[in-house]
Amino acid sequence: MMISNITMASLKDKISAFSVKGMLLPVFGILVFILLWQVGASRVHTSLGEFPGPVVVYEQWNSLVAEHQNERIKADKFYARQEERIAQRQAKDPSYVGTIRDYTGKPTFFDQIFTSLYTVLAGFGLASLIAIPVGILIGLNRSVYSALNPVIQVFKPVSPLAWLPLVTMVVSASYVSDDPMFSKSFLTSMFTVTLCCMWPTLINTAVGVAAVEKDLLNVSKVLRLGWMTHVVKIVVPSAIPLMFTGLRLSLGIAWMVLIAAEMLAQNPGLGKFVWDEFQNGSSNSLGRIMVAVLMIGFIGYLLDRVMLAIQRFVSWDKTQVLR
Amino acid sequence: MTTHLDISHVSIEFPTPKGSFKALDNVSLKIEKGEFVSLIGHSGCGKSTVLNIVAGLYDATEGGILLDGREVKGPGPERAVVFQNHSLLPWLTSYQNVELAVKQVFRKTKSKKEMHDWIMHNLELVHMTHAADKRPAEISGGMKQRVGIARALAMEPSVLLMDEPFGALDALTRAHLQDSLMEIQKDLNNTVIMITHDVDEAVLLSDRIVMMTNGPEATIGEILHVDLERPRDRLALANDPKYVDYRAQVLTFLYEKQRKVEPIHSVAKNKATPATTKAAQA
Repeated sequence: MMISNITMASLKDKISAFSVKGMLLPVFGILVFILLWQVGASRVHTSLGEFPGPVVVYEQWNSLVAEHQNERIKADKFYARQEERIAQRQAKDPSYVGTIRDYTGKPTFFDQIFTSLYTVLAGFGLASLIAIPVGILIGLNRSVYSALNPVIQVFKPVSPLAWLPLVTMVVSASYVSDDPMFSKSFLTSMFTVTLCCMWPTLINTAVGVAAVEKDLLNVSKVLRLGWMTHVVKIVVPSAIPLMFTGLRLSLGIAWMVLIAAEMLAQNPGLGKFVWDEFQNGSSNSLGRIMVAVLMIGFIGYLLDRVMLAIQRFVSWDKTQVLR
Repeated sequence: MTTHLDISHVSIEFPTPKGSFKALDNVSLKIEKGEFVSLIGHSGCGKSTVLNIVAGLYDATEGGILLDGREVKGPGPERAVVFQNHSLLPWLTSYQNVELAVKQVFRKTKSKKEMHDWIMHNLELVHMTHAADKRPAEISGGMKQRVGIARALAMEPSVLLMDEPFGALDALTRAHLQDSLMEIQKDLNNTVIMITHDVDEAVLLSDRIVMMTNGPEATIGEILHVDLERPRDRLALANDPKYVDYRAQVLTFLYEKQRKVEPIHSVAKNKATPATTKAAQA
């Protein structure tokens, strides 16, 4: 009895020492989740067959990868054929200038991921470019705050789906160009993302700026710092932690909003992929949608980690615990 | 000697929800160049308010501040402040903190090389060159306060204002910094106004000790000339009858003439009206 108690204790020590490294518990959690998922999924029946379990999802992932590779090969062949043809024409007639047409194949899962990623980054970037300066102004000046606060409070809770039709109509009406640099669908998605995700950054920046320590403000006054120096040397550094809290919230919202907007507007991206699979209604569809769900979650997680890394890099307080 | 800084008939009122609160009433004080003046009084008597008015961080309701015969309005580096809790910018190193001040004051008159030398010279004065590249979080409280003093000295102020500069430090560090301050004072002969609630500190450092009555409507109660030879040595002074007498005079003022009658319920009331408390503390 004594011995077993001792071995139990030492085992516990070992487990806790290991879990300190942060490996055991997360892996355990994932395994339990996969198990519950498998058991649960096999009990849910839909008109498109069983709810996809982990095995089905893995198979669909492989098939999506294969599809993507096939499509790349086709595209390469398509371009190779064009170049060959142009080379032949040029051999006969040196003055001939050929044009290479874009490959018009269906975008694959990975193409859609790429589209979604740069759309979300563009929308988030634009939102930050607006929200940070406006947030600083609001935080510095109570009058500006009082003037803008009602507008902010009203627009903050608006769902992306409500903005979407308006943004679509405005973009189609105002962005008229024979040789557009961006596609309209990209602009629509981007502006919708911007409109929905700028609020947390704006509000947190304003709060951070307004909360600068009074002593530091006094230092600035005694030194008679100019407005720009005051903002750059005192206000922005002390607002950085809250600013990043806002930026991370914003990026999370941006990613969620984008998927919804793509789904509703049929704009290229992961949202469209999900919607297309849903409309397709084949026996593979649910599995593919589940792959997309996991991918959306994983990318969202990665985006947050990237923001965290940037925050660690920018933050002056290296001892601060960031998570 | 002529008057360098003239605090002339200064009164201040703070608006509170219950009407205006008069923190200071008719405070007048003339300070000569190179003089070291301490303001002492019970907490809440308006010492810091006087300092903040001289610094220009508060506007006097009546009266004003004359520096070399000219009225000064608003804060400025010629009246540098050493704040109670150092107030260094935590994202800048010691060097950069001093640099911010030096750049602001000497941008037009000193070259880059001269500014660098001036920054290092001031860090040297407070014996902080070894931590020039350390951030405030990486150095001790006493060291932070040294850098805070270096920053203020680097502005070459006409008047150096110190708001309980050593209040937050332990006794040994405080004694050490007081000695440093006396050394610097001997070399630079700055005009200094220092707030303190430490009687020994006041007698040790000052040429004059200004004792303030309790607020509201606080004003100057008594002024004590401290006529002790410099340099002063705290150990030798401890048994010096003159020193002991000065000390006793300040203590008598604080604990007999201006004994703070503060029943418990009035403390609670103070807390209930934060605007009043703030004004009184400041």
